[in-house]
Amino acid sequence: MSDYLYYPGCSMESSAKAYEASVEAVCKPLGINLHEIEDWNCCGATEYLSLDLTPAYSLIARNLALAQEQANGTKTVLAACSACYLNLSKADHYMHDDKAFGKKINIALAAGGLHYDPGQLVIRHLLDVMFNEVGLDKIKEKVVKPLTGLRVASYIGCMVPRPDYNSRISDTEYPYELDDLLKALGAEVIDFPLKTACCGGHMTQIGPDTAFELIRRLISAADQYKADALVALCPMCQMNLDAFQGQMNGYFHTNYHMPILFFTQLMGIAFGEKPENLGFGSELVSAHAAMKRIGIQTPEPAPAKPVAKKPAGLPMPPPRVRAGQQNTGNQEASE
Amino acid sequence: MTEQAIVSDPPSVGPVKHEDLSLLQEVAMRTPGDPNLEMCIQCGTCGGSCPSASAMDHTPRAIFAMLRAGMREDVMKSNTPWMCVACYYCTVRCPQEIHITDVMYTLKNMSLEANIGHNATASDFSKTFISLVETYGRSFEIGLAGFHNVRHFITRLPSITPMAVGMLTKKGMSPLPPRRIKGMDQLKKILKRAKELEAE
Repeated sequence: MSDYLYYPGCSMESSAKAYEASVEAVCKPLGINLHEIEDWNCCGATEYLSLDLTPAYSLIARNLALAQEQANGTKTVLAACSACYLNLSKADHYMHDDKAFGKKINIALAAGGLHYDPGQLVIRHLLDVMFNEVGLDKIKEKVVKPLTGLRVASYIGCMVPRPDYNSRISDTEYPYELDDLLKALGAEVIDFPLKTACCGGHMTQIGPDTAFELIRRLISAADQYKADALVALCPMCQMNLDAFQGQMNGYFHTNYHMPILFFTQLMGIAFGEKPENLGFGSELVSAHAAMKRIGIQTPEPAPAKPVAKKPAGLPMPPPRVRAGQQNTGNQEASE
Repeated sequence: MTEQAIVSDPPSVGPVKHEDLSLLQEVAMRTPGDPNLEMCIQCGTCGGSCPSASAMDHTPRAIFAMLRAGMREDVMKSNTPWMCVACYYCTVRCPQEIHITDVMYTLKNMSLEANIGHNATASDFSKTFISLVETYGRSFEIGLAGFHNVRHFITRLPSITPMAVGMLTKKGMSPLPPRRIKGMDQLKKILKRAKELEAE
C-alpha cells in the first residue's frame, strides 16, 4: 500500500462525478491509499491568476499549507484534475524559485495562521503516479476484462505535459504515457496527432466561436481515425468535448458522435468493475454503443425525441447513407 | 563644448534612441520568478503555436514588441492576454524560455488596474468565478455558467438549454451552491492580507 495526500478539486464534486467515482474504484485494487486533504479550497483555476496574482497564489498555497500540516508519513500530493495539479505545482515551484515571492505568500498565509515551506511537498498528477509509481506490470496483473476491440484516441491535453516543472512526463507535445496505459488495458490506441492540443479551456464561456473550432479539431480528428471513444484525464477537457459537442455540431452543421471517457473509467472496466460504479451513463454523448461493441452493458441513452417534420419542399433525392455507418461527421470524415 | 555635454546629450534623431524599458520591467517585476521577458528575439513561435491567436487583436510576439516600445495604453487595451487559454504551447516552445503564459496573467492583472477598455466578457467571467470562490471556498459551476451566460450571452440561451438539462440530470450536478468550507474565515483573512500585499 502506498499513501498519498489527495486533492480532488471542485469539478470532482459537480461536473466530473464519473471521474471521482472511477478514481476511487481503480485506486483501491492498485493499493493506492488516498487521504483527502481536509477542508481544501478551490485552486482558482486560471481565473484568479487573471485577476490578482498575490491572492491567487495565496488561495492555492492554503491547500499546500494544509497538506503539509496533515502530511503523515507521505509528502506526495496527488491531483486528478490537470488544472488543479498545475496550480498546486506552480505555486510550489514559484514559491521555491523566487524566495521573495515565497516570503510574500507566507505573510498572507500567516494572517490565517498557516505556513508552507516551499519544496516540502511533491505534487503529482494521477497519470504520472499510475505510470511511474504503480507501473504497467501491476496494472496488467489486475486486468480481468481486456478492452480488446475498443479503438480509442488518447487525449492528455495541456496542463499535465506543459510546462511540467519537474519533467515527469515523457514529452511536452507527444507523450506516450496514456497510450501505453490504455494498451496495457488491451485497447487499440490510435496514433492521435492532437493528443496534447487545447480543448478550448474557458473559451466556451468567453469566446464560443474559438472554443467550437478547437473542439471540432479534436473531435473530427478522432472521428477520422475511426476511434470509438476519446479518452481524457481532466474534468475540463471532458466537459468541453462532451457537453459542448452538441453545440459544436450545431455551429458547424456536423453530426459527430464521439463519446468522451475518463481513463480511469476504462481502467475500471478492465479491472472488472461494474459500469454503474464508474459513472458510465453520466456522459452527454452516450458511450453505450461503443462499450456494447466489446460486450459491456452501460446505461442506455434516452431515445431521442422525434424531430418535428419540416415542410417537404421540392422533391429531392434522399441522402445516401451506407449501411453500418456510425460516425457520420462531415463529408471528408465519412469518405 | 566639453566632453561632458556630448555624452549627456544623445542624438535626438537616427536609429538609436534611448529605450524606455519601464513598462517591460514593470511586467517582469510583477511576474513570479524571472520571466526572461527582455530576451524576446521576435521570432513569432508563440503566435504560431497559439490555438486562440485568431481571436487576438495582436499576437503575443507583437505584444512583446509593444512592451519594449513602451506602448502602455495599447497593451492594456488589447484583448490578447484575455484570449489566452493557458495551454503553455508558447511557453515550452519559446527558444528564449520566456514564461509567456505567466506574462499573460500579469498583463491581465495590469489591464484590470488600468481599466481603459479591455475584453469585459473575459474579465467578468473571472470575476464571477472568483466571487463565488470567495463566498464558498469552492467553485460553483452551475451558478457561474448560469449567471455569466444570462449576463453576456442571453441570445445563446436556447441553444445552451439542452446541455444545461443534461448537466443537471445525466451529470447529476446540483443547482444548489456547494457547502462552505470550514475555514472560510481563515481563507478570507488570508485573501484580505494578500490583497493588501498586492496593492503595496
